[in-house]
Amino acid sequence: MSLADKSLRSELARARGLGSAKEGVQHWWMQRLTGLALIPLGLWFVAGLIAHLGLDHAAAAAWLRQPVVLGLTALLIVASFHHAQLGLQVVIEDYVGHEAAKLVAVIVVKAAAVVLATAALVALLTIAIGG
Amino acid sequence: MNSPDRPLSPHLQIYRPQLTSVLSILHRATGVALSVGTLLLVYWLIALAAGPAAYDVARGLIGSWLGRLLLFGWTLAFFYHLANGVRHLVWDAGHGFELPAVYASGWTVLIVTAVLTLASWIAGYWMMGAFG
Repeated sequence: MSLADKSLRSELARARGLGSAKEGVQHWWMQRLTGLALIPLGLWFVAGLIAHLGLDHAAAAAWLRQPVVLGLTALLIVASFHHAQLGLQVVIEDYVGHEAAKLVAVIVVKAAAVVLATAALVALLTIAIGG
Repeated sequence: MNSPDRPLSPHLQIYRPQLTSVLSILHRATGVALSVGTLLLVYWLIALAAGPAAYDVARGLIGSWLGRLLLFGWTLAFFYHLANGVRHLVWDAGHGFELPAVYASGWTVLIVTAVLTLASWIAGYWMMGAFG
């Protein structure tokens, strides 16, 4: 071993993070779980929107304010944005070759998902307390 | 990976599109479109929270021809991604991998997408009193 090859990092430390950390399955599994949850939630929400088309502000707010509607809509928001950012992450990782651009894009998508989900939940809360 | 000297294998544009490959990329495309479409949901909720004036503006935008066109695209993408998502879950469970089954489920997804999208819009216009 030449002097240039010497490093304070062990072989194990250098190998870590380069291969499977056995965490990929968590991403895969959450994508399926949120997808499964979104089948009834999505169908319910679209049907609910259609059934309440054309309502004015007071009537639309009254519909959303019902506890069951409020709860299911909150679940829909959380499941949707979780599912969306997991999916977008895979698309970015597949198509963006440049490492730095890939990292930035994934961070932006995840941050946007958190911000938008929070905005939607805060709006829902405001509607619930009659703002 | 740094491997500039290696020959590249034939890529997408070499192959004739097939139902399997087209439906596969459509799942991604609709997924990305639906992600962008969540902006509309967030906007609608914020407008509802902001009060009657903001809500009426949102209703006007969504009810315009451009809003309806976007909404139609959104419902199409939604029902496609949902139906094909179920197809993926069935595959994940280990079923339906034989070639005839893959094609049968593919055509089923397209029919279900068309039927649910049309049914939704007929129901929507019926709710709005378009049929008297």
